[in-house]
Amino acid sequence: MSPTAVYLVTIFGLLIAVFTLSAGLIWYERRLLALFQDRYGPNRVGPFGLLQSVADIVKIFFKEDWVPPFADKPVFVIAPAVIIVATLMSFGVVAFAPGVMVSDLNVGLLFFLAMSSMGAYGVALAGWSSNNKYSLLGGLRAAAQVISYEVFMGLSLMGVVMMAGSFNLVRIVQAQERMWFFLPQLVGMAVFMVAGFAETFRIPFDLPEAENELVAGFHTEYSGMKFAFFFLGEYIGISLVSAMLVILFFGGWLGPVLPPLAWFFIKTFIFISFFILVRGSLPRPRFDQLMAYGWKVMLPLSLANLVVTAGILLWRRS
Amino acid sequence: MISILRSIWLVFLHALHRRVTVQYPEQAIRRPPRFRGRIILSRDPDGGERCVACYLCAAACPVDCIALQAAQDEHGRRYPAFFRINFSRCIFCGFCEDACPTYAIQLTPDFEMSEARRQEMVYEKEDLTISGPGKYPGYNFYRVAGLAIAGKGKGQAENEQPPSDPKTLLP
Ligand code: SF4
Ligand code: SF4
Repeated sequence: MSPTAVYLVTIFGLLIAVFTLSAGLIWYERRLLALFQDRYGPNRVGPFGLLQSVADIVKIFFKEDWVPPFADKPVFVIAPAVIIVATLMSFGVVAFAPGVMVSDLNVGLLFFLAMSSMGAYGVALAGWSSNNKYSLLGGLRAAAQVISYEVFMGLSLMGVVMMAGSFNLVRIVQAQERMWFFLPQLVGMAVFMVAGFAETFRIPFDLPEAENELVAGFHTEYSGMKFAFFFLGEYIGISLVSAMLVILFFGGWLGPVLPPLAWFFIKTFIFISFFILVRGSLPRPRFDQLMAYGWKVMLPLSLANLVVTAGILLWRRS
Repeated sequence: MISILRSIWLVFLHALHRRVTVQYPEQAIRRPPRFRGRIILSRDPDGGERCVACYLCAAACPVDCIALQAAQDEHGRRYPAFFRINFSRCIFCGFCEDACPTYAIQLTPDFEMSEARRQEMVYEKEDLTISGPGKYPGYNFYRVAGLAIAGKGKGQAENEQPPSDPKTLLP
């Protein structure tokens, strides 16, 4: 096959895989949450309820796609697309296995960080263009949350970058041949994980949509496919953060016996399940607590991690 | 911090617990005998209708969903000419059963009575009447009441003495 054909196959294969996986994740999350809460969850449509997502998608296609008359129409329509595009773009640099990736970017990690901040625009714009006080509050919270948590999300990854000596995700995985980075970078991993929860607006950091204070937050006014886009964006975001966790701290595709791709998916699924477990167990903090936690605990922690890692690396080299 | 990890762990342990959901249509659910479900009209042990058309249930019903019409047979025994319960209004409070002096109207543990058309929620006497005595097997109202009725004169009821003749007191 010509390189272009390989490219196209990878891109479309990835798109299809990510979309079906994210739709399936909705079912997976509901079943898993039910398991943690001593219930069954959706188990009626198809075997084990597997076709529940299909039923949901069919239903959402037939829902009225309504743009409120008071909304800022162009922005209102673009906002959900921004979220989806931003999260999908990051998948372009994710290294699934040797050779199985769209773009072997030499600054892949930076690209991921940049795109995850782009996702915040979608949420903030959705809140703003809805012209609804609850949506606006949700958008404001999203912007504030992402700005604060992004700072140490980037900082927490610098330890990994220093140890691997590269921003390239493939090189970072290859650098973990001898030891996965979560051992020396335990603090960095913890901080990145917390920041990942905040970036994807998952419980316990789902303050932008906090349904018991803000109706549904930034997507209060959305319906039909636009709402589905936000929903899908959230699940794509979860898969993305889990995939990044695996690549940066848990050796990516590395592992014995099984093929690299299988290892990658197994590890990613473990983290997706962890995301869901946390959703089932933790309550949502107050917004000031969220901010204080970010700036007073996580930021110093990631800075300390950065300094200590750099110091040890320099000491070992001299 | 520790408490957060602990609660995550405790929630995880719930994955090993037994699920509490009852898979209803496949799995039968337990209903106690006094469950308040579909209403029936019962019969005496000897097969006669228990209801004496006293209207007490209709008066007690908070949503006025019972309609009936009293009638009398040739022996002076009262019965409902029609008896109609609109189950789309009934709130299954059980007041009718409490009010009934003859144990005729009773609530049963059956609750699976959905219908596609609302008109079909209106049950007539034929739909309500069952062949047996329901929850009170031995009870026969006319056998304990003082009223003279076909096959039972004054003073022949259970636990009843023959009427005294006041004329015996005359000097
Ligand atoms: S159960 Fe209550 S609502 Fe229903 S018929 Fe009897 S008195 Fe009326
Ligand atoms: S069902 Fe009972 S309360 Fe109602 S009319 Fe008949 S005898 Fe009276």
